[in-house]
Amino acid sequence: MTTVVLKNLVKAYGNTQVLHGIDLEIKSGEFVVLVGPSGCGKSTTLRMIAGLEEVTSGEIQIGGNLVNDLEPKDRDIAMVFQNYAIYPHMTVRKNIGFGLRTSKLSKTERDQRIDEVAAILELTNLLERKPNQLSGGQRQRVAMGRAMVRNPSAFLFDEPLSNLDAQLRTQMRLEIKKLHQRVGNTIIFVTHDQVEAMTMADRIVIMKDGVIQQVGTPLEVFYQPANTFVARFIGAPSMNMLNGEVGGEDLQLDNGTRMSVPLNKLSKGQKITVGLRPDDLLVKENEGLFSGKVSLVEPLGSDTLAYVDVNGTEVIAKASGRFPPAIGDRVNLHSAAENIHLFDSNTGEAIQ
Amino acid sequence: MTAADSLDHNSQMTSLRSAAKRKRSQAQFIRWLLLFTGGIAMVMPIIYMLSTSLKYPFEVYNLNLIPEEPTLDNYRYVLEDGRFFGWFTNSLVIATVTTLCNVLFDSLVGYVLCKYTFPGRYIVFIAILSTLMIPTEMLVIPWYLMSSAFGWLDTYWGIMFPGLMTAFGTFLMKQFFETVPDDFLEAARIDGLNELQIWWTVAMPLVRPALAALAIFVFLGNWTAFIWPLIVTNSQEMYTLPVGLTTFSVEAQVEWELIMTGAAISTIPTLIVFLIFQRYIIRGVVMAGLKG
Repeated sequence: MTTVVLKNLVKAYGNTQVLHGIDLEIKSGEFVVLVGPSGCGKSTTLRMIAGLEEVTSGEIQIGGNLVNDLEPKDRDIAMVFQNYAIYPHMTVRKNIGFGLRTSKLSKTERDQRIDEVAAILELTNLLERKPNQLSGGQRQRVAMGRAMVRNPSAFLFDEPLSNLDAQLRTQMRLEIKKLHQRVGNTIIFVTHDQVEAMTMADRIVIMKDGVIQQVGTPLEVFYQPANTFVARFIGAPSMNMLNGEVGGEDLQLDNGTRMSVPLNKLSKGQKITVGLRPDDLLVKENEGLFSGKVSLVEPLGSDTLAYVDVNGTEVIAKASGRFPPAIGDRVNLHSAAENIHLFDSNTGEAIQ
Repeated sequence: MTAADSLDHNSQMTSLRSAAKRKRSQAQFIRWLLLFTGGIAMVMPIIYMLSTSLKYPFEVYNLNLIPEEPTLDNYRYVLEDGRFFGWFTNSLVIATVTTLCNVLFDSLVGYVLCKYTFPGRYIVFIAILSTLMIPTEMLVIPWYLMSSAFGWLDTYWGIMFPGLMTAFGTFLMKQFFETVPDDFLEAARIDGLNELQIWWTVAMPLVRPALAALAIFVFLGNWTAFIWPLIVTNSQEMYTLPVGLTTFSVEAQVEWELIMTGAAISTIPTLIVFLIFQRYIIRGVVMAGLKG
């Protein structure tokens, strides 16, 4: 187990800078997920930690050692790739044992290690098969096995679940989490899927355009998003955003609606953005922050998502699954005060 | 729509369908005819070669496919002629060594050009490709001067050196290595293999079809090579098979039956190579994006 520290990490390709000074400290045994949209620099960061990309400036420390100039093999890490990268011409046994080729273990010890890993990943019966005889989930497990067999200090996962179908992805999510609980190694996991990030991570690192937007536990980034980007990126459906201005006694939204919110930290005339998660914005009969006309409903079973037109702005709210509103109904939308997020419209930063 | 209209519509549809079917069969027939003609054109010389090899000299200029008095005397004569075995061995050694060298060097250069980024990579690749535009006949003189200067005339090395690495092979291998995902190489890098080990252990097995295709091309090319071995060799002992077979033509006459017998025997190794690797050759050519 080991710590991974990134200090002012910068990556540039020619004149194009893609990482703008990443600072991150990953504790020993921690499961950290780097998440963000395509092109945010999460995979580049991971590849730099692995040693597959050169560092333009800054420092990478693994287990307290500066590894900027070390070859990937000397960093004591293992990586699982998006496309599994298991060799089609080798059996499962050879694939898993591939990482031990350069070790000084005897053949018996190697075989023993392979058998142990295969048993953990339930691959024992598949050891003599070739990858083309395996399902997607089994291939993914082989890739994990190849990483595990070397017992590295840290595991790096580069979007390993992207190629799996939804059901298998859920299953593999659980397996990776179980694996972490069992082996306790440091894991750095890259994904663009915020559900994966929320369900697996001890801490989530949300990135955008080569800059870390927020680092926190899943609940922190969900309930206390640092800015509008994080607020919209985490949670599905995305948080409703309504622009407005602080009035004398309440908030005047740009669509003409007025909203009562605590104004103690706001100054009159300040441009702000109100964030309301669809889960926290409830369709009510009588009370409400504002009202609107239902334009679309999406029944989800236990709940219904109602798309409500509030003076020209569409917001998503949660309604009863059993008694959903009908399209065209006029409904009131209510949210508890503690569920209202306020952001500075100019900077996008949260107003705490 | 009335019942009569519906009937009319159905009969129209049926006639349209049968017209389309007729057109399809005609097109099919033309395709088959063209393929058959092409096949005959390619097979006839081989059949003639075999037929001539079974004829006595007096019957050689008869165009009959089946010899009136078939004989294996030509085969006996050629095989008992000590020189033939020597030429056969020369050709086999030269073609085999050249093939192995091509498989090794072309794939190494193709791999480097494909998987590594370095200044001038594109220029090097273009320079290699541009040599494909120079006809062999133009290169023969510099090759000869080189061989003469280095004392390689009438040696195996002199025959082999121009073909130990080819631009075509490099291009073929580079194209194939494009299909090997970088993830494989990076995974091996993380697992601790050095670059040469990655090339040999990971990349090469993944391009086996291309290697087989390249091996066939190079082997056939060298097995049938004529002009350069003819120029660079002086003694009959160093002749390759195609060059050696020409000694059956003497001033007074051309012993076609012996030449054809030698040619028939010389096709055996190429047939064996082709039969072993044939499933790869098509895949290799298709994947390299070339028209075979």
